[in-house]
Amino acid sequence: MAVESRERPDRGQTPGQTPNETVDVRLDHVTKSFDDVVAVDDVSLEIPHGSFFALLGPSGCGKTTTLRMIGGFEEPTDGAIYLGEEPVTGRPPYKRDVNTVFQSYALFPHLSILENIAFGLRRRGVRGKEVRGRVLDILRLVGLEGLERRKPRQLSGGQQQRVALARALVNKPRVLLLDEPLGALDLKLRKQMQLELKAIQHDVGITFIHVTHDQEEAMTMADRIAVMNQGHVEQLGPPDELYERPASAFVAGFLGVSNLLSGVVEDPDGVRLADGTLVQAQVDGKRGPVAAGVRPEKITLGESGGQNRLPGTIAETAYIGVATQFVVDTPAGTVHVFAQNIDSGKRIPVPGSNVTLSWSPESTFVVERGEEMSE
Amino acid sequence: MGSFLHRHRSLTPYLLLAPGMLWLAIFFLVPMVFLGYQSLQSGLFPHFQFTWEFSNFSSALSGYHTQLVRSFVYAGIATLACLVLAYPLAYWIAFRAGPWRNLFLLFIVAPFFVTYLVRTLAWLNILADQGPVVRVLRDVHVLGPDGRLLATTFAVVAGITYNFFPFMALPLYVSLEQIDPRLLEASKDLYASSTQSFLRVTVPHSMPGIVAGTLLTFIPAAGDFINAALLGTPNQAMIGNVIQAKFLESLDYPTAASLSFILMGTIMVMLLI
Ligand SMILES: Nc1ncnc2c1ncn2[C@@H]1O[C@H](COP(=O)(O)OP(=O)(O)OP(=O)(O)O)[C@@H](O)[C@H]1O
Ligand SMILES: [Mg+2]
Repeated sequence: MAVESRERPDRGQTPGQTPNETVDVRLDHVTKSFDDVVAVDDVSLEIPHGSFFALLGPSGCGKTTTLRMIGGFEEPTDGAIYLGEEPVTGRPPYKRDVNTVFQSYALFPHLSILENIAFGLRRRGVRGKEVRGRVLDILRLVGLEGLERRKPRQLSGGQQQRVALARALVNKPRVLLLDEPLGALDLKLRKQMQLELKAIQHDVGITFIHVTHDQEEAMTMADRIAVMNQGHVEQLGPPDELYERPASAFVAGFLGVSNLLSGVVEDPDGVRLADGTLVQAQVDGKRGPVAAGVRPEKITLGESGGQNRLPGTIAETAYIGVATQFVVDTPAGTVHVFAQNIDSGKRIPVPGSNVTLSWSPESTFVVERGEEMSE
Repeated sequence: MGSFLHRHRSLTPYLLLAPGMLWLAIFFLVPMVFLGYQSLQSGLFPHFQFTWEFSNFSSALSGYHTQLVRSFVYAGIATLACLVLAYPLAYWIAFRAGPWRNLFLLFIVAPFFVTYLVRTLAWLNILADQGPVVRVLRDVHVLGPDGRLLATTFAVVAGITYNFFPFMALPLYVSLEQIDPRLLEASKDLYASSTQSFLRVTVPHSMPGIVAGTLLTFIPAAGDFINAALLGTPNQAMIGNVIQAKFLESLDYPTAASLSFILMGTIMVMLLI
């Protein structure tokens, strides 16, 4: 491995150590308005040192604005931002120990790859042989040995992306900000870079804040995700927690497919659905009109899946190799089911057949009924 | 026609070039050849003979090298002054003027709505001994009680600077306006202060504008004669004044033609360096 361990002893962390000990970035009730739009609305976040943190949300939800405030390109209208213990509000970007990988890459077209990557080092007074050495090391890390003399326009999109990453990483910042860094790459390269980026992050141990609107990308790469919607954070947690226990209808719908069945909380651990069926679930003190949710792969065709049951009629089936997708009409609404094709001899129910769906109370979550939901 | 072009696709570029080439041939090449022919003639007006008179060049050079050098010095100072004045202005318009950009660009070209000669005559009034500028400068003792601006080197250089200013400002504006602001953000992200970002990113990217503006200012300024004629004295005479006098007053066409060639040649050599 080419990159040596972090130089700053004050942070007391080396790569590979578990995160959570120190906080690298803290947003304290940060709001940003542009004229009449509130782009970021009272966001509070703590990003632990060494974590791979994703800001996930649909277009226009304020991800870029949040990132730009951490980088120093925008100032919050309200609230404060801390890097480590220090408040950095009002401090220009060049005085923040943070580097950015821009979506457009923003490589300097008049400079060679070597000079592009050396830019930050030179500004911070690194001189002579050390510059070249560190640039070549980082080029090896991102897999671009031998290209240091080219100009950016002589590289492919994927290579430029790596240069942008190298140019930021070589400075060993406290935090690396990435704004949809893979957005311009084709699907295959994007998948490959997702894994590579994660490996690089693990190697260098720097905190990454990764902005994306692609839930799969966020789930693949991040160890913590903040789901943003209309300027505020809907839910923050590790990917599995967001997936298994979404806190809102928005999160349930944004991360993967989910079935949301409208109902009313009836007793401390049950929701009465529209058709009168009682579904057992952890209600966590919610009241009144809610939705009971369950992921399609948690539902079994038949009665072996658990205590929660719904009768239904199969409307559509789609065989996709590893699994079969069913759309089932039930009195409580349309339900999607993914059944893994484990037994090859098994007969797949055809459209029109009557089935019973079953799932366990543990895989049932309850959310407030969102505006996105019909009914 | 379409099918003809289709069959002779390789001809298309030449056909497209043809009108421009024809224009160049008639209005540039022919006069150049004629001028060259004239520069090697001898005799007195109107009885010139073509005698391969190369001594025209050496005598013109020895007689008027002062004016030649002076032309380049004046043009050089004026070009530098234009650059120093126009850069901040173009920068401000490109990055800070927002919706007012076009208005300010209009202000830069506004002087073109008045003829060159009239504009220079206006400077005659501005710098006149009884004019406001001289009066103020005398009051604050920058100029002595009899000090003047008109008929000085300063007046001529100032006139040239003023007259060629838009030729510097416009190319600078164009090159500055094309700079991607994200590059400046990237530079600040990589620990470059505003000054360093300016020197490392803005200036290199505006180089095409600096080069174009310098050429567009320096070349015509070196051949200019109106400013020296109106705002200066014979002590400020430039090579353009000499050529003009030779052509129109002493009717010494061969010397005038060879001086023109010397001017052109010197500029060309300077460009190549
Ligand atoms: N400079 C600005 N001036 C005015 N409004 C802005 C500005 N920058 C962003 N906004 C607005 O703020 C909101 C959030 O923008 P932001 O760029 O942060 O979204 P995003 O989550 O990054 O979206 P995307 O995924 O499309 O990049 C949008 O409504 C946008 O129009
Ligand atoms: Mg964005």
